[in-house]
Amino acid sequence: MKIDRRSFLSLIVGGAAGTALSPLPWKMMDDSAIWTQNWPWTPIPEVGEVTIVNSVCSLCAGGCGISVKKVDNRVVKIEGNPDSLVNKGGICSLGLAGSQLLYGHTRIKGPMKRVGKRGENKWENISWDDALKEVAEKLGTLRSKGKTSTVGAILSRDKGTIHGLFEKFLTAYGSANLMYMPSMSDAYNMSTHFMNGVQGLTGFDLENSDFILSLGSGLLDGWGSPVRMFKANSIWKENKTMVIQVEPRLSNTAAKADKWLPIKPGTETAIALGCANVIINESLFNKDFVENYSFGFEDWTDDYGNAHKGFKNLVLEEFSPEKVSKITGISEIDILHTARQFARASRPLALCGQGQGSAPGALNLYMAVHALNALTGSINTKGGVWTLPEPNYINWPELKVDAVASAGLSAGRIDGAGSSAYPHSKSLLSKLPEIINSAKESPLQALIVCEANPLYSLPGTETVQKAFDKIPFIVSLSSYMDETALNADIILPNHIYLERYEDISAPSGLQIPFIGLTKPVVEPLYNTKHAGDTIIALGKALGGSIAESLPWDNYQECIETVLADQWEVLTEKGFLADLNYSPPAWNKAFETPSSRFEFFASAIYDANNRDKEFVPLFTPVKPEGDAASFPLTLVTYESMRLANGFIGDPPFVMKTISDTVLKKNLSCVEINPVTAGKIGLVNGNQALLSTPQGSVKVEICLSEGIMPGLVALPRGLGHESNDEYLAGKGVNFNQLVNPLSDPVTGMDMAWGIMAKLNKV
Amino acid sequence: MDSHKDQTGKISTDIAAPEPTSKKDDGAGGFILLFFILGFLASLAIGWIVFPKLLYSQKKQPFDFSHVVHMEAVDDGCESCHFFRDDGSFAGVPKLEQCIDCHEDAQGESEDEAVFVNEYVAKEKEVPWLIYSKQPDCVFFSHVAHVKMGEMECSECHGNIGKSEHLKPYEENRLTGVSRDIWGKNIAGFKKNTWDRMKMDDCSECHVKKNVKQASVQTKKGGCFVCHK
Repeated sequence: MKIDRRSFLSLIVGGAAGTALSPLPWKMMDDSAIWTQNWPWTPIPEVGEVTIVNSVCSLCAGGCGISVKKVDNRVVKIEGNPDSLVNKGGICSLGLAGSQLLYGHTRIKGPMKRVGKRGENKWENISWDDALKEVAEKLGTLRSKGKTSTVGAILSRDKGTIHGLFEKFLTAYGSANLMYMPSMSDAYNMSTHFMNGVQGLTGFDLENSDFILSLGSGLLDGWGSPVRMFKANSIWKENKTMVIQVEPRLSNTAAKADKWLPIKPGTETAIALGCANVIINESLFNKDFVENYSFGFEDWTDDYGNAHKGFKNLVLEEFSPEKVSKITGISEIDILHTARQFARASRPLALCGQGQGSAPGALNLYMAVHALNALTGSINTKGGVWTLPEPNYINWPELKVDAVASAGLSAGRIDGAGSSAYPHSKSLLSKLPEIINSAKESPLQALIVCEANPLYSLPGTETVQKAFDKIPFIVSLSSYMDETALNADIILPNHIYLERYEDISAPSGLQIPFIGLTKPVVEPLYNTKHAGDTIIALGKALGGSIAESLPWDNYQECIETVLADQWEVLTEKGFLADLNYSPPAWNKAFETPSSRFEFFASAIYDANNRDKEFVPLFTPVKPEGDAASFPLTLVTYESMRLANGFIGDPPFVMKTISDTVLKKNLSCVEINPVTAGKIGLVNGNQALLSTPQGSVKVEICLSEGIMPGLVALPRGLGHESNDEYLAGKGVNFNQLVNPLSDPVTGMDMAWGIMAKLNKV
Repeated sequence: MDSHKDQTGKISTDIAAPEPTSKKDDGAGGFILLFFILGFLASLAIGWIVFPKLLYSQKKQPFDFSHVVHMEAVDDGCESCHFFRDDGSFAGVPKLEQCIDCHEDAQGESEDEAVFVNEYVAKEKEVPWLIYSKQPDCVFFSHVAHVKMGEMECSECHGNIGKSEHLKPYEENRLTGVSRDIWGKNIAGFKKNTWDRMKMDDCSECHVKKNVKQASVQTKKGGCFVCHK
């Protein structure tokens, strides 16, 4: 008897038989199936009580109502609020991705102080007490030296209690330098001011219009209140409203319009005046409005005996379809047809504001478009352009301005807004960098930036960077490590929009007075502080008349006090809107010197300086660069898939960018195959795109949808912030351009720049 | 070759040759059987006794809890604490918010009560209960469809938990992380009561018995997505 190999085989066979008769294999099979579903990257939905919090999105100027779905205390989805008058249940991709902004990895989790060089991204965490103390000490020192006018702040909005708090704080401190990010609203409001004589807002009764002439506005690419525009487009389709899109590139808006008229960039004013020419020439204008409620249409003589040509004769002489066709590249027949269709429509509406309107553009375009609307009587009428009163719902207590503050305020603004050169402008942020750079010592010694990213968003990135380098003390209130925060000395992070109260008034282009309330959906996740609380705390730390001017313990008390009765309605309903608002009728609408709509803006007229005589005429804005060295023209475009405000694309939205916009880490430059062929470039080539401002590597993307001779780059890419999903991808258009000042407003009116492409 | 030496001459074919060999290997054959039985029994023991012990880890609940005591104190049975929300969803294990109604201060002097009040109520921290009947993530289960529409008793699936005085240890499957109560205490999956197991077969058994519609309302095909969304 011996144990041999067969005994062991037998043991194994016995073991196998026993195992088969045990639950082990069957149970393991079942368990392994469940095990495969337990990978750490598999998303597991939260389980708990589902609640909805209605709030208002403040990521852009759109003011959409949102319904935030929570499971227990976690935000799981953000949808459009169907009860919102603005977006009626719709939402854009950025709003939808808001939960990534809340839970994302790029949040700044507490106050920080720079320890490395500026932009090096080396920080130490400090306490709120120390951070506020440091900022207050710095501001206090400047004040004790009588340098209050060297302090400034940059915000994204120019309305609401946060803007108001900053304004009160700076005024009581002694500075007039409250600036905000520029937009087309500035230019629109100014044209309304000059031609209607009303200091207010501009709204568009888009839904009721039956003919839309869009001069470069990205109506479906983020212009105005973006989701409202999508809803309006659906209504236009249902009502068979004619939409004509005039722009050099086949944008989404152009593709979905009834007609696309490619135009030489920067000549939109001429097409507006060309249409006016046809309408006047063929007597298609609204005679009641023009004869009874307008001024400056016919030739006239002022009190000093100076003769002035009227709008009618100026346009008839200078802007015949033939001339305009040469300027714009649009055929005479198209100009004739467009003008006739526009004039014969019952409720026509002309719009402008390039792309999303993030750059204001030339005043004469806005005034020419406003004049075109006036010719058809589309001012304050159904389907037309409306004036709205400036929101006036906040009851601020009286300000205490001491002698130091008065002295600081009398020094005026650094950016030149409100000065004798630009008396009508409220903020000229795009002029600030050049002013700082041309001075020996920065006129701005301390800067506070809140929910704005000027280092990314302002044109001429290099110039802006140089200016910021010269400002000795920069405080950022950003919730994310954006370009501006990266260059700050101290970061006092704000709660994000899902964690705080804030009133959001006047969504861009909305035709009714509207105030929405952003509400905290969740408790603040990190050691952040409401920007309002930060300002109030700084006021208290500075003491004296500044503390007295901000007499609240915190922002909550402030907003409840200053909104008074409206606070209750806002917290209950979520918004305040004047649904029955109708703009004043023609006989009461105009507060100009002539009490009429003015084709000739008397407000800007100076009899002693006839150069400033202002009738909307086309003055070509020549892009920077000479055609010999830079044979191409670079323009930009904007897209719903590329956020380009103070918030960049969250990862979800980055995923929606097509490979004709961003390929790997290279921005794609759109170019017509004919132009590319001449330079010897084919689709997918890498090339160096150069402008007088700089050079960047790009990928060539051939497109029949762009006019020959042009190249186009999108806005919203090329971030350098500390976010691996967003940074280092593509190029920032702003680093290739430089602002050009409008002679009347001082606002940036550059629409592009000369460029060249070299194959690499 | 041994077989050839032993040949008598009567039988000389190769077919007869193995006979003496088998005689000599009798002892080895015994071992073969013995080893077979050993292997068989050992693997049965491993499969039935050792395997379940290895597969499941035992975890203690944060503190003990008596359903009996609570059932006496409430009017509405299970639904007093395990209620349906207004939207029809099931609240499951109560949140601290509900417990606090009575337990703001310690009720009684037990050690468990002290743990609850000091560690959780005072610190406003949710109790990390281990849920015996929690299904894997691939399963969607609607309580309202079964309890309200199907008029089932809680005990049909959950047994007489309402009569328990203590919480048993929570046994977690080391491989899947799922509670042992889903597969059932019996490792072979045998059950005596409806609440002994909570696997898909147990769902279907009842669905077939009660003639519940087996197809999806939308697609009219097999209703996989009714439970596996």
